[in-house]
Amino acid sequence: MSLDLDTIRKIVTDPTLNPSQKARFLSLEAENALPYPETDPEAAQALAEGVLCDLVEGHAPYKPRYVLPDFSVLLANGSDYLELEPPKTLDEAINCLMIAWHHTPSVTAMPVFIGHLDRLLLPFCEGVTHDDLVNKIRLLWRYIDRVLPDAFLHTNIGPEDNRVARAILQVDAELKQIAPNLTLLYDPESTGETLLRMATDNIAACSKPHIANHPLHAAAFDARGYGIVSCYNALPAAGGAGTLVRLNLHEVARRSEGVEDFLQRALPHYMELQFRLIEARMGWLFERSGFFENFIVEEGWIDRDRFTAMFGIYGMAEAVNMLRGKNGLPGQYGFDAEANALGYRISEQMAAKVEATPVKHAWRGRALLHSQAGISSDLEATPGVRIPYGSEPDPVTHVKALAPHHRFYPSGISEILTLDETVKANPQALFTLAKGALASGFREFTANVAGNDLVRVTGYMIRLSDVEKYRNKEGSRINTTGLGAEAAELTGILERKPRVIGHEYAQGYGQ
Amino acid sequence: MNMPRATVSKILPFSCVDGPGNRLVLFLQGCNFACVTCHNPHTMALCTHCGDCVPACPTGALTLRDGRVVFDPATCTDCDDCLRACPINANPMVREMSLQEVLAVLRENLAFLDGLTVSGGEATTQLKFLVALFSAIRSAPDLAHLSCLVDSNGHLGPNGWARLLPGADGVMLDIKALDPETHRRLTGQDNARVLASARLLQAAGKLEEIRYLVIPGVTDTEPEIAALGAFLDELGAAPRLRLNAFQAHGVRPPAAGWPTATRAEIDSVASRLSQLGVTHIETPTVYL
Repeated sequence: MSLDLDTIRKIVTDPTLNPSQKARFLSLEAENALPYPETDPEAAQALAEGVLCDLVEGHAPYKPRYVLPDFSVLLANGSDYLELEPPKTLDEAINCLMIAWHHTPSVTAMPVFIGHLDRLLLPFCEGVTHDDLVNKIRLLWRYIDRVLPDAFLHTNIGPEDNRVARAILQVDAELKQIAPNLTLLYDPESTGETLLRMATDNIAACSKPHIANHPLHAAAFDARGYGIVSCYNALPAAGGAGTLVRLNLHEVARRSEGVEDFLQRALPHYMELQFRLIEARMGWLFERSGFFENFIVEEGWIDRDRFTAMFGIYGMAEAVNMLRGKNGLPGQYGFDAEANALGYRISEQMAAKVEATPVKHAWRGRALLHSQAGISSDLEATPGVRIPYGSEPDPVTHVKALAPHHRFYPSGISEILTLDETVKANPQALFTLAKGALASGFREFTANVAGNDLVRVTGYMIRLSDVEKYRNKEGSRINTTGLGAEAAELTGILERKPRVIGHEYAQGYGQ
Repeated sequence: MNMPRATVSKILPFSCVDGPGNRLVLFLQGCNFACVTCHNPHTMALCTHCGDCVPACPTGALTLRDGRVVFDPATCTDCDDCLRACPINANPMVREMSLQEVLAVLRENLAFLDGLTVSGGEATTQLKFLVALFSAIRSAPDLAHLSCLVDSNGHLGPNGWARLLPGADGVMLDIKALDPETHRRLTGQDNARVLASARLLQAAGKLEEIRYLVIPGVTDTEPEIAALGAFLDELGAAPRLRLNAFQAHGVRPPAAGWPTATRAEIDSVASRLSQLGVTHIETPTVYL
C-alpha cells in the first residue's frame, strides 16, 4: 500500500467537503497506507471476494470501533487529565459531558454513545423547573447536532420514567434533528405506558426514538449494564466493541450446493475465517495500538476487559431464497413459513457456534452475534435478517415473521417497519404495534412513518431534504447525508414502501 | 342449529384507518349496494361458479371441480387477474371460515390488536355470523377487551340492528348522499333506510362516526352540504364526521373518469360544514 496522491489531491480540493471532513478522509488514506493486520491467506481471500466484510474499519485499528464510556465516573469524580472538578449543578454536569464527548473515540472520530442521559442528569435536576430543563436540553441538542453531526451518535433514556426522559422526548419531537439518535429502553415493569406512548407519538412525528426491549438486553449483559449505540448495537457499558466483521450470507449461499451443504460445510467454514479476521483485528488493537494507555482507561470511564467483538451477518433473505431455489423449494423469505423456518435454523446454528468459540481479548472471551443493518454500498444483500426493501408484508405479519430470530442476536438486531402516513391520525395503532412487537420478543422496535423529512436508511437517519441538496452538489453539514444519498441510489432504500436515514460507514473518500 | 360461517374476502392484521388503535379487519364478501364509486368492486357479489376466471389464472391456482371453482392459495401470486375476468364483481379467492377459525386468527394476532372491525362488501349481509362472532368475543376472557366495530352502508333494518348492537361497540356509517335521487344514482338504493339507521344508532349511543365521500360536483354541491349540515343538526350531539376524498384508484368506469377530490375541495366542504355548526370534522391525512 502506498498513498495515492491523486486521491489526496481530490480530497483536499473537493468543494463539497468542509475542512474537518477533508481532514478525516485524509487520515483514513494515511491509515490505510499501512499494511493490513496479519491474517491467513484464506481469510484475506474471503475478505477480498466480499464474503467477509470489515466495514472498512481501516488497516490499523488504533481505537475500538464502538466506545461506551461510563460517564457517571466522570460526573462523580471529575477528571485529573482534563482538570475538571466533579460538577455540582446541572449546567456544570452538561458542560462536563460536552467536554467528555470530545474525548470519546470511535470508528467515526465522533462518539457513537453519549450516555444514558436521563440517568446522568437526573441527580442534578433538583430545584430546576421543567421550562429550564427543556431549555437546557434544547441548547444541548443544538450543540450535538451542529458540533457532532453524526447520525450514529446515540443516547439512551429509560427504562424508568423520569422528568429528564420526558423533557428529552419533548425536545426531540420539536427539533426533529438527525443527531442525536435516540433509544428508549423499555421495561413493561418500570417504564409505564405513558412514557411509551410519548415515545410512539414521537415516532409518528419524526421516526425517532427506537424502543429497546430492556429485559431481553439486560439479561444478555451484566450488572454494569449495556448501552444501545450506533445502528441498534447492544454493547457492554464501560466498554464497547473492538471490531465488527460481517459475513455476507448470500455469498456463502452462492458457494454452497444447497441447504445441507450450506449448514454442514460452507457456513462453518466461512464463520471460521470470520473468527480469524476478528482475532487479527482484535490482536492489533489490544496488543499493538497503544489505545489502552489512554486516560479514559486510567480514569475508569472504560474497562479494557469490557470490549466484545461483534460477529455480524447480513443477506439472510437472499441466502434463504437462493438455498431453497437450489433445493427446488418454492416460497419467499418473509412470507413462507418454511422459508422463514430455514432462516431461524441458520440463526440458531450461528448463535451456537459463536457462543462456543473463544475469542482472545473479548469480553467474557466470546464474540457476540449481530444482525448487521447494512451499509450504503450493499447490493443484493438485505441488511441482517430483514425482509427485502419494497416487498415487506403488513407490519404485523412482518413482526411475526422475524421475531423468532431476535433471541439469537445479543449484540443487536433490528427491523425497520414502514408505516404509511395515515398512522399519524391514529397514533394508538403505532403504540399497540410497538407493544405487540416487544411482547413478541423483538429486541428493538423501529418504525419509519411516511411523510416525515427525517428518514432512517439502514440504521441511521438522514433528512430527505438534505439528500436532495447533496444530489444537487451543495454539500451537507451532516456527515451521514452522503451515505444516505448513496444508499438511496444504489439499494433502492427509499423504495421501502413508504421510509429514516449516518457517518460510520463513510470509511474512505469516494466510498 | 347450524353454526354460521363467514364468506371472507380478506383479513388484514394491521389497519390504522378502520377505527381507533390497530384493528384486525375482516372483509366479508357481498354487498346490497352497487356503488359506482366502489374501490373494491370485487367484494360486491358472491361467486356463481361460472368458471370464467379459471382460464385467466396464469399460475393454475383456480380449477373447476364438480362444477365448482376451487382456489389453491399456495399457488396464487396475488396478481388479481381473476378479479378482472369476473363478469359479476365476485371473487373466486374468498374463503368460507367457521367462527372458530376467525377466533383463531384473532388469537394469533392478539398482542397487536386494539380491536376488530368488520367491513366488506357490506358486513351486515352476514348478520347471523356477526352476531355469533361478537357474542363469542364478549364471552371469551382473553378476547373480551377487544372493541368490535362495524363498517356499514346503513341498509340494515331495525330488527337487524336490534340483534347486532348488543355485541357491537359502535358502527361507522357511510352516508353516500342526502338527496334520495343522488343516492339512488350513486348506490342503486334509496337512502331512507340509511338515514333511519343513523337516527337509530345515534339513539342507541352506537354511532361511532359518519363517513361522507366528497365527490366533486356530485356530493359537494350547496344543497347537499346544506342537507348534510341539517341532518347532523337534527341528530343532536352529532358524532364525528369523517370526510373522505373521492379517488379514482380501483374504481370502475364511468366513475373511474371522475375528478379526484383535492385537499382544497375537502377543506372547502369542511369549512362550509363548520359554518353550519358541525363541530367534529376529520379530514384525510393523505391525498393521492
